[in-house]
Amino acid sequence: MTATQERPSDAIEKEIGRDRRRKEDQRLITGRTRWTDNIVLPGMLHLAMVRSPFAHATITSIETADAKASTNVVDVLTGADFGAELGAIINAWPITPDQVTPAHSPMPADRVAFAGEIVAVVIARTAAEARDAAELVEVEYDELPAALDLKRSAADEVLAHPDLGTNKSALWVFDSAEAGTGGNVDEAIAKARTDGIVIEREYRQQRLIPAFMEPRSVVVDPTGEQYTMWSATQIPHIVRFALAATTGVPESKIRVIAPDVGGGFGGKLQVTPEEWIAWAVGRRLGKPVKYTETRSESLMSAHHGRDQWQKLTLAAEKDGTVTGLKVELLADLGAYVAIVGGGVPVLGAFMFNSIYKFPAYHFAVQTVLTNKAWTDAYRGAGRPEATYAIERLMSELAAELGVDPLEVREKNWIKHEEFPFTTVAGLEYDSGNYEAATAKAKEMFGYDELRAEQMARRASGDTVQLGIGISTFTEMCGLAPSRVLGQLDYGAGGWEHAEVRMLATGTVEVITGASAHGQGHETAFSQIVADRLGVPFESVEVLHGDTQVSHKGLDTYGSRSLVVGGEALVKAADKVVEKAKPIAAHLLEASVDDIEFSQGRFSVRGTDQGLAITDIAGAVFAAHNLPDGVEPSIDSEATYDPVNFNYPHGTHLCAMEVDTETGAVKMRKYVCVDDIGNIVNPLIVSGQVHGGLVQGIAQALWEEAVYDDSGTLVSGSFVDYLLPTAADTISFDIGHTTTPSLTNTLGTKGVGEAGTIASTPAVVNAVVDAVRHLGVDDIQMPCTPERVWKAINGPGSGGSTEGAAMPHFESGGAAGNQEQPGTASTDGAGS
Amino acid sequence: MTRISLTVDGASVSDDVEPRLLLVQYLRERLGKTGTVIGCDTSNCGACTVHLDGTSVKSCNVLAVQADGAEVTTIEGLARTVGGDDGLHPVQEAFRECHGLQCGFCTPGMIMQSVDLLKNNPKPTEEEIRLGLEGNLCRCTGYHNIVKAVQHASGQAEVTA
Amino acid sequence: MIPAAFDYVAPTTVEDALAALAQYGDEAKIIAGGQSLLPVLRMRLNAPEWIIDLGRIESLRGVRDDGDAIVIGAMTPHVVVGSDPLVAEHASLVAKAVEHLADAQVRHRGTFGGALAHADPAGDLGAPALALGAEFVIAGSGGTRTVAADDFFVDLFETAIGEDEILTEVRIPKRTGWGATYEKFVRVAHQWPIVAVAATVRVEGQAGDRVFAEARIGLTNMGSTPLRARAVEDALVGQPVTDDAVRTAAALAADGTNPPSDLNGDADYRRHLATVLTRRAVLDAAGA
Repeated sequence: MTATQERPSDAIEKEIGRDRRRKEDQRLITGRTRWTDNIVLPGMLHLAMVRSPFAHATITSIETADAKASTNVVDVLTGADFGAELGAIINAWPITPDQVTPAHSPMPADRVAFAGEIVAVVIARTAAEARDAAELVEVEYDELPAALDLKRSAADEVLAHPDLGTNKSALWVFDSAEAGTGGNVDEAIAKARTDGIVIEREYRQQRLIPAFMEPRSVVVDPTGEQYTMWSATQIPHIVRFALAATTGVPESKIRVIAPDVGGGFGGKLQVTPEEWIAWAVGRRLGKPVKYTETRSESLMSAHHGRDQWQKLTLAAEKDGTVTGLKVELLADLGAYVAIVGGGVPVLGAFMFNSIYKFPAYHFAVQTVLTNKAWTDAYRGAGRPEATYAIERLMSELAAELGVDPLEVREKNWIKHEEFPFTTVAGLEYDSGNYEAATAKAKEMFGYDELRAEQMARRASGDTVQLGIGISTFTEMCGLAPSRVLGQLDYGAGGWEHAEVRMLATGTVEVITGASAHGQGHETAFSQIVADRLGVPFESVEVLHGDTQVSHKGLDTYGSRSLVVGGEALVKAADKVVEKAKPIAAHLLEASVDDIEFSQGRFSVRGTDQGLAITDIAGAVFAAHNLPDGVEPSIDSEATYDPVNFNYPHGTHLCAMEVDTETGAVKMRKYVCVDDIGNIVNPLIVSGQVHGGLVQGIAQALWEEAVYDDSGTLVSGSFVDYLLPTAADTISFDIGHTTTPSLTNTLGTKGVGEAGTIASTPAVVNAVVDAVRHLGVDDIQMPCTPERVWKAINGPGSGGSTEGAAMPHFESGGAAGNQEQPGTASTDGAGS
Repeated sequence: MTRISLTVDGASVSDDVEPRLLLVQYLRERLGKTGTVIGCDTSNCGACTVHLDGTSVKSCNVLAVQADGAEVTTIEGLARTVGGDDGLHPVQEAFRECHGLQCGFCTPGMIMQSVDLLKNNPKPTEEEIRLGLEGNLCRCTGYHNIVKAVQHASGQAEVTA
Repeated sequence: MIPAAFDYVAPTTVEDALAALAQYGDEAKIIAGGQSLLPVLRMRLNAPEWIIDLGRIESLRGVRDDGDAIVIGAMTPHVVVGSDPLVAEHASLVAKAVEHLADAQVRHRGTFGGALAHADPAGDLGAPALALGAEFVIAGSGGTRTVAADDFFVDLFETAIGEDEILTEVRIPKRTGWGATYEKFVRVAHQWPIVAVAATVRVEGQAGDRVFAEARIGLTNMGSTPLRARAVEDALVGQPVTDDAVRTAAALAADGTNPPSDLNGDADYRRHLATVLTRRAVLDAAGA
């Protein structure tokens, strides 16, 4: 080991900010992938689930003899066969101390509470034989009345769980007067009723399905010293914790691996009955087992998202200055309180006031149990609902005032010189510049020209009208400061863990507790470490998603991976440098105080003597010549707990064309300027924005989980649950302004959910704007052509969705769960 | 059981299969070609798209027995059809270059359909690309960069972040 | 995702296929391109004991000229039909309908006869076949018979093809020089049409003085079978090619229809759509 003389080039390009092509892609574009369903183990058995066709029923008998006698069937097991061995599905966030939480068995023995719930599992040598035998399981049910409509369920007309005596799970309230963060909202509204403006609206957040592309799959191998579970999950660490907590297996005996995971969007932020059943079957039989769901099963039984009624009251002075906001929500939990469950609307509680300076705010959410699929996080989780409400209201206020909707927003938003700003919801926004983002967006959009075209079309009575929709959103992301989560009674912290291992031959292993499922962490995290340690991007290997490798972590959701996980990584890398410094000094025969670290190299101040950090790693491996008392390792780890959320914001502008003869809507242009702080990889950011936009647009225009009046999911396949295709979407114009976040070293803000949160109200505002002159002030989502046409041609917001599917396949519909296509409408009717 | 013989990614294979076995299941379970994936059960998503005798099909919507005697190309054998030196077909390379994928689950089908589209229309307009991919669902990318990738592969787009 | 077990036979002649059908009777199901049947089998909505695959019968493929008609073999894939010059010249309405039928992969695999025999009222080929007065050639043990389009579609997923018969080809009378448009209304591209209108018209006269000499219009998904909009056809003949004249005639498009109500729209909305789409289809077909 000799001190090298040559200095590294000063022209080394910073990795952060570069549009690096992704490291992940090579295997994904060549099919060299490791999806859970690809895993095959010796002697592996296959599971098929028998699911309830009824929304609510007592199980009176399960006859398994024929199924057990079927070819190559190993066993058929029911909830009664297992008992406590199955464990339980947990809710990690009881939002109030007295929350009513039904017990949630992975496979109930006595009563089913939604259509799709598992009542028996068939284990066979092949998946085909398991499915064949599942058809032979005879289950007898006594059907019970089902609680389906959200409003009626909130009134306890029919009980989803009769033993609980109520469907009302929890009432969570925030009041700015009580919290000391603002005034009394009822007083503000009363005042506005006499000499101001009151906007009162009721909006529907329809039920959505995350619809990740990779169906969920789980493999359990109980044959090693540790039980191993591979699962298509966003949260391997939390799954491991919950398995230990509920099944009696010591945590140290459990290894959970999330291999390549094909999308999540919150939909794989769950501990699932399917995982728990596979776990129990594997343990009981002592054999590896696999279960992979079909798409129909996924749509029917994986958790859904959104599903709220929002009663909103906005008070303002006559000049448009807002004075109060009152939010009263009903949120549909579905049949059980899922892992985050009622916490989803609570995550929105702090965001209804958004970027506006409301002096008084009141928020209340009543969570409600029904006999439908459980709901939980879906991209944005609480914040899209909040953003939708406030951005629709601000446009309604502008319409009431007869001013441009941007004008009323600007009048009320926090000016850039007012940061840091403590909001009426009690959050401290660290930074932002709404003026800058809006100015840039308007210019990119051609705002004035499109407004002129809109006026011309109105004047000429054109069949196709043009509308412009605005959404000036913010969100809180980077879940989350553990202390805040504790105050909210969440069952875990919000820290993240990282480790940096300096390998002897000069490469670097990075271990993160975040668990990517498409985000590109391997690339972005490599860039961060390459800059921090001054090593080549290519030399960094990012490991994640396996609790035996990444032993500690809280996984990926809530736009937290970069802002929390990335910060943990920075801290771990900095520790490596600190540990290496005395060794470098020792090897360079200099004082530690004279050692500088820059671009991967320790040098002695004022000399040309230096050593690369990778050389130190080699020296530490040999350990032949270390200072006394220094351990032979510069590997480091760090666990980072954020002190605050961060607050990305942006201005989204959308132009929609509405065919007034058919109600068909067509996107003409979409511009967004997001301020997400410093950007690590602009290519990855653009992808997150594009994808987020389309998911938000899809809520506005296409997607809706619809149940019929017997509780059957009518939109139970991709034939009826409408995801947009390339042919239904457009290319977007995206831009950025940059106000670095002050709450983390890198100055970054979350980006994973921004597009989804912002775009939904931009689109609906545009559709409504296109036809407002025809007497329309609301169209219920999704804005189907039928709803748009009806809104134009009659009162109301377009009515409900018919609870029936087209019968495309000759035995009555595309999905296997459509035996009784009903004729009633969804609870979306609000009847 | 029915005996089938076919060529998959250049290799001759022959197996006894149940007639009910889908081509995609044959590829994944019998041949270990797990690059081709299953995303739905109604043939909407296109994740399982392969080339059957040179044209794109959804391999969940073909029985293995119907492919008897055929030539099948999957994502795993795509590069060899152009003798890709670095192991990539130009369309694969374009998807990486343009960040046309995130989770990557729809990607094999998306790439196979894009190859078919460009074979029939080497210089497609944006609208033709979008219509040509209407049988493939993606939940991550919003399609923006997929469209760009196809434009790039056809020599029509600059790559910018 | 895994069909129930079945046995499989792939005859190479129509005779052998008919023999197989006679042997296995109602326990058998014919597979053509399989693009509608296989999803049904995968979801176990149907579980036939035998599958008879027509895919190896070469004589059922192709498009040929037969004097005053063109003949499309039942097993001709959509993609072939859509790009066939005879179809484009003499039955352009079919070409227009095929262009956006399902998606590219399905058009590669799905067949003209298979889609018609499946008789999904939301299928894209029924209305054009009806509008063009197609004739369906059906083979049985006693020979072949020809069924007119008006008699072919019986009900939801039900046609005049008997249990022991096979659709072998479709004869479409030439309508050379007619204008044609298939106006399809969907919410997302991969959807079956909520309503679609197949219109083909023959226009006479010089620019500025053109009148409808003949009009044939079919409706997709406006009832349990494809339907003819005869009231509109009758009202158009002799009328000038003007927006007003067509609007008046198209207002009759929903007469006698019985459209479904479902997720995508109720019956009233579909009736309304039919009138708007008919007007647009007719005007476009007339080159107006």
